[in-house]
Amino acid sequence: MKTETEPLAPATTEAPVVLPKRLSPRSIRWARRRKAFVRFWNQFRRNKMGMFGLAILVFFFAMAIVSIFSDKGRLDPTITTNGPVLANPSWAYPFGTNLQGISVLSLVVEGSRISLFVGLTASLISMVVGSTIGIWAGYRSGISDVVLMRLTDVFLVLPWLALAIVLAAVFGQNMWVIIFIIGLTSWAGTSRLVRAQVLSVKERTYIERSRALGGSDWHVVTRHVLPNVMPVIFANTILTIAIAILSESALSFLGLGDPLRPSWGTTIEEAFNNGALTLGKWAWLLAPSLCIVLVVLAFTMVGFAMDEIVNPRIRER
Amino acid sequence: MGTQRYLLGKVVQLVITLFFVLTFTFFLFHYFMPGDPVRTFLKAAGAKYTPAQAEQLKHEFGLDQPIFPNQYVRFLKETATLHMGASTIIYPDSSVTSIFWSRVGKSLILITTSTIASIVIGVAMGIYGGWRRGGWVDNSSMSSSLVLYAMPEFVLGMILLLIFSRWLGWFPAGGYDGAPVTQYTGFAHFADVANHMALPWLTLMLAYLGEFYLLMRSSLLDVLGEEYITLARAKGVREKYVLRRHAVRNALLPTVTLIALSFGFILGGVITVEIVFSYPGVGLLSYQALRARDFPVLQATFLFAAVAVLIANLIADLTYAYLDPRVRSA
Amino acid sequence: MSVLSVRDLRVTYSTKGGDVPAVRGVTFDIDKSEVLGLAGESGCGKSTIAGAVLRLHSPQTRIEGDITLDGKDVLELSPGKLRATRWTGASIVFQGALHALNPVQRIGNQIVEAITVHRMADEREAFVRAGALLEQVGLPPRRINDYPHELSGGQKQRVMIAMALACNPSLIIADEPTTALDVMVQAQVLKLLRSLQHDLGLAMLFITHDLSVLVEVSDKLAIMYAGKIVEEGLANEVFHSPVHPYTKALAAAFPEIGDQRFRKRPSGLGGDPPDPQLIPSGCPFHPRCAEVTAVCPELVPELWDAGVGRTAACVHANGAPTLEGVART
Repeated sequence: MKTETEPLAPATTEAPVVLPKRLSPRSIRWARRRKAFVRFWNQFRRNKMGMFGLAILVFFFAMAIVSIFSDKGRLDPTITTNGPVLANPSWAYPFGTNLQGISVLSLVVEGSRISLFVGLTASLISMVVGSTIGIWAGYRSGISDVVLMRLTDVFLVLPWLALAIVLAAVFGQNMWVIIFIIGLTSWAGTSRLVRAQVLSVKERTYIERSRALGGSDWHVVTRHVLPNVMPVIFANTILTIAIAILSESALSFLGLGDPLRPSWGTTIEEAFNNGALTLGKWAWLLAPSLCIVLVVLAFTMVGFAMDEIVNPRIRER
Repeated sequence: MGTQRYLLGKVVQLVITLFFVLTFTFFLFHYFMPGDPVRTFLKAAGAKYTPAQAEQLKHEFGLDQPIFPNQYVRFLKETATLHMGASTIIYPDSSVTSIFWSRVGKSLILITTSTIASIVIGVAMGIYGGWRRGGWVDNSSMSSSLVLYAMPEFVLGMILLLIFSRWLGWFPAGGYDGAPVTQYTGFAHFADVANHMALPWLTLMLAYLGEFYLLMRSSLLDVLGEEYITLARAKGVREKYVLRRHAVRNALLPTVTLIALSFGFILGGVITVEIVFSYPGVGLLSYQALRARDFPVLQATFLFAAVAVLIANLIADLTYAYLDPRVRSA
Repeated sequence: MSVLSVRDLRVTYSTKGGDVPAVRGVTFDIDKSEVLGLAGESGCGKSTIAGAVLRLHSPQTRIEGDITLDGKDVLELSPGKLRATRWTGASIVFQGALHALNPVQRIGNQIVEAITVHRMADEREAFVRAGALLEQVGLPPRRINDYPHELSGGQKQRVMIAMALACNPSLIIADEPTTALDVMVQAQVLKLLRSLQHDLGLAMLFITHDLSVLVEVSDKLAIMYAGKIVEEGLANEVFHSPVHPYTKALAAAFPEIGDQRFRKRPSGLGGDPPDPQLIPSGCPFHPRCAEVTAVCPELVPELWDAGVGRTAACVHANGAPTLEGVART
């Protein structure tokens, strides 16, 4: 049984959907999705802020990929062939070296992988948990809604860093604990947003139609609710990633970072606790800080740009 | 009356959340924690105890009783009466409460004054930015707000420290006052403290200014598209009154709600900023407790943070009820 | 002398995607005690005209032509004089009283604001007058301290009307005042508007897409399409014997109960109104027209005579120039 999903943007005079060779409900759905994506991309391309942010992200993702293949040996603090200790910036060491003589640039490149990985994974968890709860609460209504929203409110209010500190004190410190903690403290925002969106989608008549035709809950949610809630979820997730990276840096700064996996935050922590400020070794602090700021800025700009496209109210301004 | 019902609802929610937090804290520290608390205590105290005396200690702490409900109820009672045990590692044997008293005031002054300043300035700038959209003031404010938003608070703190303390030498590099090196009293002491508090205060104020600016501006732009704004102009009302009476009063509503959501983040920022400036407040205390794994102190700082944010949220809810007549009638 | 005189009005919005000519040359007059109904589909420019009369559009919007209200040239007024003219010369009753009232301000204060802004009374007197106005529109004066959310849709619309009368305007512009209301309430509000207009001798510009409503309320009727008026005449005549094919289609879509013509199903009109930036050549209606001829894509019609006191912008009108192969009504 073919069911319709309403288009996200008003219909305009454009080229019709290019029909796939084999006509089946599935292939038509994918053709439609591809078209929606192309339409979205065309709008996004015109947004200067978004494109600038995207460019920065491409740069840092490239850096992270480079770090996968780079020689890890250069980061080993036990090797004695490292460079001069606490060197000032020079051509050989653009950002100087740390206490073990390791080039700060190498630390930063390696850190990109960890920081991005933690940020992305934690937001993924946050998105999945938050969206599931938000959809369930919004779609089901009734007692589930009340209970889930109360739970969401509790987590929204809790001070995340204080909670992170106690959790880390009890459960130990490694990358996965951090990822879990960040996910735990950020899902509530997504949940509230998704629920609001689900409530507005529920009002639309094709939901009623689908249920009247006998569609099960699972069917209605996956085929109708989800496709219309996805854009909002996606825009929100991008902004969540920005916050997750900031959170990771704060946790690392507190010394909760994984000692085996240096991130930008742990580099800052190392620098600060080894007197970089008093010794005037500001390049050591500058490099990872700059990376954090740039990446968070980039994700935020992309997220705002997406929000403009996805949220009709903002578009009209 | 509607207002009372609304407030009662909010207070009930606060109590429920508090209860959840307390229960969570209890189970975290008394159930999940690895190791025997008595053993930790004994090791830290460095004394030699016989097994019988260790058993005696266990009984004193109530650890020989079942976790739920006995230990749980005891925990609730003790917390409510502010008997939160003694610090095990940082200040051995000093009661947690006494450690707190000396620190709480310092943090509270810092947080409340900087947050209020941040909100007031951010909202005012946001109104101006939303009203005069597109001018160079708006564009530069937007860019700097985005950068401030993207910067971790401790990074901002370190930048300010570098510039104003290390290079310009205008402010000290940290601490609360010159003690014990200098012993000021009265106004001189006040000035000394202000001198030390200036940079952390500025850091916290700037750290969230950008976010509040963006929130208010966005909210105002949304409201300016509403029909009652056009109606006000059609009635012949002057632009500045359209802004004040109609636009701002409505734009403040979602802004208050969103600002309240950032209180949790502000508390996180306080912790890292106190570390950067070695400011002896509750934030630095929780960091020290974390490093030392001083669990009684950790427990107390977590509860303090949670309660502080809850109270701040209640104030925000009160403010919202004052501004929006719709919640009052509901 | 007419209360409102509009000559060749052109309103062009500037947007990121270029200029949008919403109104492309509109001319009409409204006399004292006269109701002009302005009908058309969404996007034809009718609401734009409402905003233009009081210059409520953003500064980027270009307004050309002549708008004379009570003898004053609105487009030439200084900001101070413009503010003084607003609401006293003409006031607007908006659609969707849903969001046209400030949600955090009591309705009494909103009415009083209109009065005190023009220094017509001090605050105490203004409140008394506000109470009287509420009574006039059928609301109990004690509701003066209510907030908008405490009122129903119909009640809010009445408040809008009371507010519009506050400064004794010569002209009331009603912009879709009944669109958001259900049918019973709609009828009540229309009755109220009609009686107030009649009793107070107000000129009224009534804008809506619902033709059947206009027939009840208006003296004259003007049909708009793609930024221009395509037919104008006495309300009853335009509705019951339309000349322009678009008017015919519109009239056919709003059946009157009891009218024999509508024994069969109401017919709709296929297609969509044109994008103001992509207006078809010649007569803008020709792609959707049931009576289209060969010349229509090339000839831009003007409002030619189509009967006594009637004009229509169509080649089929009586007063249109003689053309080959074109039948006349």
